[in-house]
Amino acid sequence: MAPKVGLFIPCYIDQLYPQVGIATLKILEHFGCDVEYPETQTCCGQPMANTGCTNEVGPLAKRFLEIFKSYDAVVCPSGSCVSMVKHHYAEYFTDNPEYEALKGKTFEFCEYLTNVLGVKKLAGRFPHKVGLHQSCHGLRELRLASDSEIVGPPFGTAQALLESIDGVEVTTLQRPDECCGFGGTFAVAEEAVSCMMGEDRVHDHEQAGTEVLTALDMSCLMHLSGIIRRQKKPIRVMHISEIFAECL
Amino acid sequence: MPAHPKLAAAFIKDKDRAHWHDQSLWFVRSKRDKAVNQLPEWELLREQASKIKSYVVSHLPDLLEEFEKNAKAKGVHVHWARNATEHNEIVHGILKQHEVTRVVKSKSMLTEECHLNPYLERHGIEIVDTDLGEWIVQLQDKPPSHIVMPAIHIKKEEIGELFHEKLGTEKGATDPQYLTEAARQHLRQKFVGAEAGITGVNFAIAETGGFVVCTNEGNADLGTSLNKLHIACMGIEKLIPRANDLSVFLRLLARSATGQPITTYSSHFHGPAPGAELHIVLLDNGRSEISGSDEFRRSLNCIRCAACMNTCPVYRRSGGYSYNNTVPGPIGSILGPAKDAKEHASLPFACSLCGSCTDVCPVKIDLHHQLLTWRKEIRVRGLLPYSKRLSMKLMSWMMQAPSLYRFAGKCARSIVPHLPRFLLYNRFNAWGKQRELPDFPKQSFREWMKKNHDDK
Repeated sequence: MAPKVGLFIPCYIDQLYPQVGIATLKILEHFGCDVEYPETQTCCGQPMANTGCTNEVGPLAKRFLEIFKSYDAVVCPSGSCVSMVKHHYAEYFTDNPEYEALKGKTFEFCEYLTNVLGVKKLAGRFPHKVGLHQSCHGLRELRLASDSEIVGPPFGTAQALLESIDGVEVTTLQRPDECCGFGGTFAVAEEAVSCMMGEDRVHDHEQAGTEVLTALDMSCLMHLSGIIRRQKKPIRVMHISEIFAECL
Repeated sequence: MPAHPKLAAAFIKDKDRAHWHDQSLWFVRSKRDKAVNQLPEWELLREQASKIKSYVVSHLPDLLEEFEKNAKAKGVHVHWARNATEHNEIVHGILKQHEVTRVVKSKSMLTEECHLNPYLERHGIEIVDTDLGEWIVQLQDKPPSHIVMPAIHIKKEEIGELFHEKLGTEKGATDPQYLTEAARQHLRQKFVGAEAGITGVNFAIAETGGFVVCTNEGNADLGTSLNKLHIACMGIEKLIPRANDLSVFLRLLARSATGQPITTYSSHFHGPAPGAELHIVLLDNGRSEISGSDEFRRSLNCIRCAACMNTCPVYRRSGGYSYNNTVPGPIGSILGPAKDAKEHASLPFACSLCGSCTDVCPVKIDLHHQLLTWRKEIRVRGLLPYSKRLSMKLMSWMMQAPSLYRFAGKCARSIVPHLPRFLLYNRFNAWGKQRELPDFPKQSFREWMKKNHDDK
């Protein structure tokens, strides 16, 4: 029987990047999932948690559990929001077996494709130089890829999926996993540092010959594309699910 | 003092300098990567170091007594200081007793933390920092901007200018070798004339009562060998239980700090030299309070390698002074608020939560999680600005009511695309200063779902 997947679409993707939600849905259905989008979902509470306002997170965490607990899997096209649910909800649920179960069945989109559905090769052709921005929470919270700080064998689910598509050439960066500087409210509170970090990432992709910039997280890409568009750089920005969907 | 965002923005205003600063530190981070990747056992070493330090922090009283007993048995004078004032008074007392007026000091962030230099100067004692970088900032009458490379923010042209003014070197000289030689000649006189040497402590060994000071310039050795009085100042967390444990930490420290396999000098002090006196001042200054906190205890694992600074994308671009704290960067943003949460309330937010510091830390301090915990603490203590508190409250309230969230989203999406540019991009919109806003789509994902998917 097809797994019943609860589609967890972060609030800003719902409102600002519907095409990312649509692409994620298409891919999951393509691989045989029975996908449902629970209408009452809103926000996981990460902006409040990262500002230190835990009182404001509690009710959202509880809602989230109620909405998603009945699915076989919860899948989300954002490493950051998944990391919020898996790593930062514990203080709102003491000894709650339902939450423990939710933690184990909540997945970032590429992680779900690779580790649960066992997808090794994606169809289609995408003849472009693709720059993969390693979003920090997918990298260092969820460990979806190896990072440059830790000593060990290299791996990465997103890169492997991208490279399985005909024609894709993943570009080589000078700093393969430096933060883009989005950081939620950091992007506004520390505007100067945030924008300089973003600009430096964009330059790195430019020198590497990136034609299409992609990532697991649309939030990083919202920030980077804001800079790319302001500076009128010829780099196309796409969420990784959009690349996969375009190849279908 | 202004908060971090303001000081950071001021530093970044000179983009070329900010880039240069970022690249200098990234170079050090890259050297670290090369060095650690040569050790397949690197992660095991980190794990061991973390466990040893956790053991130390949870057994501090016993280990400190053991250290005191063994140090005394070697003829060392051991002093205890509760805070910076006591520390400075003890050091001054020892110097006064020996009628010392000229002191050389090797690098010690602890004496910076206590503001020892100005204290001794007020009491008529000349104190000269002998670490080249620290001496440069001392000549400028400034504190270090980095705990391992105190003058990393200063360009060689500026050092040439400073030396010309203070030491009479040729005007316009920028050759590092020439400038270093001038410093060497000048400092040599200070070494020879000093009546006492002060050092920090990198590792104190409970089992033996001895301690180790790591330098690249040999200035700790020279400063304590040419005279008869050595005062070593250390934080109580600098202990390790056994001499054997040193091998773990000496391998981690220099690789993490600069990418060297080991510091050029690892000077071991086990008791005073014949005819000389050796004093150790053990400083608490808030450390035992931190050791009692489940949330922040692990920050005492720190061996002050500065790898978290070198890797921090914020520190590299905002400079050490933007933190306005003796220890800057990620670890400083934890230690600063522990000392004075109000004064340093902006530091836990000077972080994009990228987590690079946590993964680079040789003693596995979960730095970015502690910074996140500090944000909660700032909120609990009522130090979060009202605007932030209110906006988060409103946002949470809206997110608990899906219909309200849908309505607000719909309104924004139908209004924003029609607004003239000057209403969207102005001084109230920090996002839009250097970035475009996303294009607001006509339809949200949930609206699309309703139309195209659910009714299928």
